[in-house]
Amino acid sequence: MVDSETNQSPSAPSFLPEGWEIVCGLEVHTELKTRTKLFCGCLNEFGSYPNTNICPVCLGLPGALPVLNGEALEIAARIGLALNATVQASIFHRKNYFYPDMPKDFQISQYDIPLNADGYLILPSGVRIGIVRAHMEEDTGKITHLGGSSGRIHGAERALIDYNRSGVPLVEIVSAPDIASPDEARQYVTELRAILIAIGASDGKMEEGSLRVDANVSVRPIGESEFRTRCEIKNLNSLRSLVRAITYEAQRQVEVYTAAGEVLQQTRHWDEDRSITVALRTKEEAEDYRYFPEPDLVPLEPTESWIGGLRESLPELPRQRRLRLCDLVGLDSANDQIETAILPELYGFVDAALNAGVDPKLVVARASNELASLLPIPDGYELEWFSDLCRMEMERKLSSTQAKAVLQESVKSLTPPAVVRDRLGITQLDDDELMIQIKSIVEENSDEWTRLKAGEMQLKGFFIGQIMKKTGGKADGKIAAKMLAVLLSED
Amino acid sequence: MGKSASEIAELVASGRRSAVEFAEEALDAIERSNGILNAFLSVNRDLTLEAAGRIDAMVAAGEKVGRLAGVPVALKDNMCQIGFDTTCASKILNGWSPPYSATVVQKMIAEGAVTVGKTNLDEFAMGSSTENSAFGPTRNPIDLERVPGGSSGGSAAAVAASIVPLALGSDTGGSIRQPASLTGVVGVKPTYGVVSRYGLVAFASSLDQIGPFSRTVGDSALALEVISGWDNMDSTSYDGAKFSLVSQQGVPMDGVRIGIVKEFMDGCDEEVLAAVRAAAEQLSKAGAKVDEVSIPETKLGLSAYYIIAPAEASSNLARFDGVRFGLRVEGSDIAETNVKTRTAGFGDEVKRRIMLGTYALSSGYYDAYYGKAQQVKTMIKRGFERAYRDFDALISPVSPTTAFRFGERASNPLAMYLSDVCTIPSNLAGHPAMSVPFSADSSGLPIGIQVLAPALGEELMFRIAFSIERSSGGGGFGSLDPALEEVMTGGR
Ligand SMILES: [Zn+2]
Repeated sequence: MVDSETNQSPSAPSFLPEGWEIVCGLEVHTELKTRTKLFCGCLNEFGSYPNTNICPVCLGLPGALPVLNGEALEIAARIGLALNATVQASIFHRKNYFYPDMPKDFQISQYDIPLNADGYLILPSGVRIGIVRAHMEEDTGKITHLGGSSGRIHGAERALIDYNRSGVPLVEIVSAPDIASPDEARQYVTELRAILIAIGASDGKMEEGSLRVDANVSVRPIGESEFRTRCEIKNLNSLRSLVRAITYEAQRQVEVYTAAGEVLQQTRHWDEDRSITVALRTKEEAEDYRYFPEPDLVPLEPTESWIGGLRESLPELPRQRRLRLCDLVGLDSANDQIETAILPELYGFVDAALNAGVDPKLVVARASNELASLLPIPDGYELEWFSDLCRMEMERKLSSTQAKAVLQESVKSLTPPAVVRDRLGITQLDDDELMIQIKSIVEENSDEWTRLKAGEMQLKGFFIGQIMKKTGGKADGKIAAKMLAVLLSED
Repeated sequence: MGKSASEIAELVASGRRSAVEFAEEALDAIERSNGILNAFLSVNRDLTLEAAGRIDAMVAAGEKVGRLAGVPVALKDNMCQIGFDTTCASKILNGWSPPYSATVVQKMIAEGAVTVGKTNLDEFAMGSSTENSAFGPTRNPIDLERVPGGSSGGSAAAVAASIVPLALGSDTGGSIRQPASLTGVVGVKPTYGVVSRYGLVAFASSLDQIGPFSRTVGDSALALEVISGWDNMDSTSYDGAKFSLVSQQGVPMDGVRIGIVKEFMDGCDEEVLAAVRAAAEQLSKAGAKVDEVSIPETKLGLSAYYIIAPAEASSNLARFDGVRFGLRVEGSDIAETNVKTRTAGFGDEVKRRIMLGTYALSSGYYDAYYGKAQQVKTMIKRGFERAYRDFDALISPVSPTTAFRFGERASNPLAMYLSDVCTIPSNLAGHPAMSVPFSADSSGLPIGIQVLAPALGEELMFRIAFSIERSSGGGGFGSLDPALEEVMTGGR
C-alpha cells in the first residue's frame, strides 16, 4: 500500500513526520438495550434512583446464580451478523479481580471462545476494518468518589456505589489493528454506532456511557511489517476526544522513537483538560485475571435455524442506507449531505418521507440541512410531520423559504406543519397571481428593467428582492426567478 | 429412636399430632443437646413455631397439606432461608441474614416442612470432620470423643441424635456421604443438576450438590422427590428428571448387576472391607449378581479434586471482601480493607484452599493444573461409563475408616483429604451416590455402604439402598453416647 514515489502510505496522516504510520485498533463496549439485565430479572434502566434495580444475583450475594437473558443473547448475535461475523458456539469465563464495583469480585465475560468472530465493517470511504470478535459480558456497578480532589480516586474521602448498572449486558467489539488514522477511527465509531442503533442493540449514547471506546495505538515506520509496542488509551468519551487522543498519542510515540527512546506497553488515560495521555499502569503491573470457564453457566450452542431467523430479521443497515440514497439521488458515492441524512437521529425521518413518495433530493436536502441543524430532535416530533412538510413543498404549497420556517417552528412547538402554516398565515401564491405581481414590479421599475435587459445581470437579484418584498415572502424564489427569465426572453 | 419424617407427616396431616408439638420437641432437643453436641449454629424459635402453627391451622381448616407436613428439618448453614442467619461456619459471614430463600428451602416449605435450625459445618464446607468450623466442632452422637465427619457434620449429627428426622447437607467431595457413614445415617448426593443450587453458598460450583440426611432410606427418598427438579434460577439444573424413589422399597433385586469398586477398597480398614463384603453377600442373596470391577482412573480423583475445588472456591469466595455484607475490618483504603477483612474472617483451611486455587488458575499454570484436572475429570467419567457397561450399579466403602478422634487428622491436611478418596470420584463424574448404614465396627462405630449409580440412576440406587437397609435389619448402628443419651432424655 506504499506509494513508491513519496514513500508515504496513502492513508498515513499528515500530522506525523514523513515515513511514519499509525496502527490502531478499537475496543468498543456497548450497553445492550434489553428490558432486563444479563443474568437476572432486574430492569436495565438508565437513570433510576441508585440501588433500586438490584437483586441477590446482581449484588453477588452468597448463593445466588446467574441465568442468561435470552434477549441479550439475541441482540449480541444480531450485532455479530450486522458486522458480518460468524456466530458460533461459545462459553462464558470468569475474569477474577477485586474491585468494589464488581460485586462478585469477578466479571462474567466471554474470553477465548466468543459468540461472534471474524467479521468486518466497511467505512464510508470504502476501507475495510476487520472485526476480531464481538463478545458478551456484564457491566460493573458505578462508583462515585466523594471529597478529596475533584472526585478522583486518589484522595477521595469516600466512595458511593450504585449497583443498578451491575449486570447490565454489554457487548465488546474488538477491531483488528486496521485503523490508520484518527479520522478512520472517527468514521469507524460513527459507522459502528449507526449500525448498533439501526439494529436496536444500543441507544448509542456516548455521553451516558452506553457506548465506550478504548483505543490501542502504536506507530511504526512505513514499510516495517512487525507491530511495535502499543498503548491502550482509556476515557474517550466523545468522537472529539477519540480523534485528539489518537493524534496526540501517535505524535508522542513518534517523538519517543525519534529521540531513540522506547515506548512502554501501557494503559494510558486521556486527560481532556490538558489534552494529553497519561500513563495509568505498565504491563508488568498488569493483573492476572485467572480466567476459567464459568461453572454456573452452560455452553451456548446456537442452531443454524436460530441464526438464520436473526439474519432475516436484520433491518436496513447504514451501508445499505447510503447506497440506497446515492442511488435515489443519482450519486456514485456518498457526499456530506447523504452521510448526514443517514445519521441514526435523522434517518427515521428520511426513510418515512421516502416511503411516502417525496422527491429524494428534496428529502435529503431538508434532512441534512434544516432538520440536522435542529438536532437533537425532541421526542414528540412525529415522523410523518417531516414527510408532510416535504410533500407540501414538493406540491408547491410552500415555497422553500416558507418550508424552512415551518419546519423550524414545527419542531420547536411539536406541531404538525399544516397547523404551523395556518397559524403563521402562510399561503403560497399561485402562479398566475405571482405573474401579475411580477409584471407590476417590472412596470414600477422600468429603468432597472431596461438595464437588466441590456445585460446587467446583477439586477436579477434586485427584482427577486422586490418580488419577495411585495409578496411578503409568499413567493417561491425559484419559481419567481423562472418567471422573470420568461419575461426577459419574451420582449 | 425418633419418628421418621413420613410418620410425622402422616400424624400431622391426619390431625392426630400437631406440627407445633413436633417443632417444640425438636427445639427442646436442640437446647438440651447443643452444649455438648454443637450440631446447630442458630435457631429462630418464633419463626419455627409460627411456621408450624400455620401447618396446624391448615390441617384444622381441612386444607391440603404437603408430603412433609409438620416435619422438623435442619439446614446446613450454607443454605439461605429468610429469617435465619447464614454463616457457613465462618466469622466472615457472622450475623449475615440473607434476603432470600434457597430453592430447596422453598420446595421443602411448600410441602409443609418446618425449619428448626441451621447446622454446623466445616467453614464454607471445606473439611471432612467439622473441626474447621469457626464456631467449634460438632461431636459425633455415637462417641462424643470423635468427629461426626464433614463437612455436613452438624446435619448428620442432628439426624443421628434424633433431633430431627430429616436434614439437608451439601456434598462437594463426600460432605454428605462421609458424615452419614460416620454417624450411622442415610446420606444422598444426587446426580449433579438434579437439585437446584440456588441459595446454596457455593464452594465448588461444578461439584456442589444438595442432598438429604435421614435415619431411613424411605425418608431420603421422600425428601429427594420433594427437592429435585428443574429450577429456572439455576442454569445447571437438570430439566426433566422426575424420580419415583419411595416406590423402590421392596422392588426385587433379581438380575441387578452390582460391581464392587476394587480401587475404593485399597487402604481401607479391615472392618470396613468386611462390612462391604457382607453387604455384597446380602445383595447376592436378594438376587443381585455381584462381582468386582476395576476403575483405575478413580485413583486420580483426589489430585484432580484438589485442583478443581480450590480453583472454583478461590473465585467463589472472592466476594467476601468487606464491601457489601458480613465482616468488615476497616483499612486505609479499599484494597487494605479487603485484605484485613479476609485475613480476619477466613480460617486456615479456607485460606489454604484459596491460595491453592489462586495458584492453580494463575497465568502460565492454568494448563498444567486446572486444564489437566478437567481432563482427569473426563477420564473418570469415562471410567465409570465403562464400568456401567457391565454393571447396573456399584458399591464400595464410603470412608476408609470409621469415625476418628478429634485432632487426629486436623494437623495433617493430606491425611484429612484422604477421608474422601472413595466419595470424590462421584462428584467429578456428576453421578449419584449415597451412604446406607449397614453395620458397626468392634468399637460400636457405624459403617456405611456407598451405593453408586450412573447419571440419573437414582431409582436403581434407592432400590439397592432399600435392599441393604432391609438386610441390615435397619434401625441405626451404634447407640448414642451415654453422656448424650443422658441430656437428651434428662428431665423426662
Ligand atoms: Zn438483579
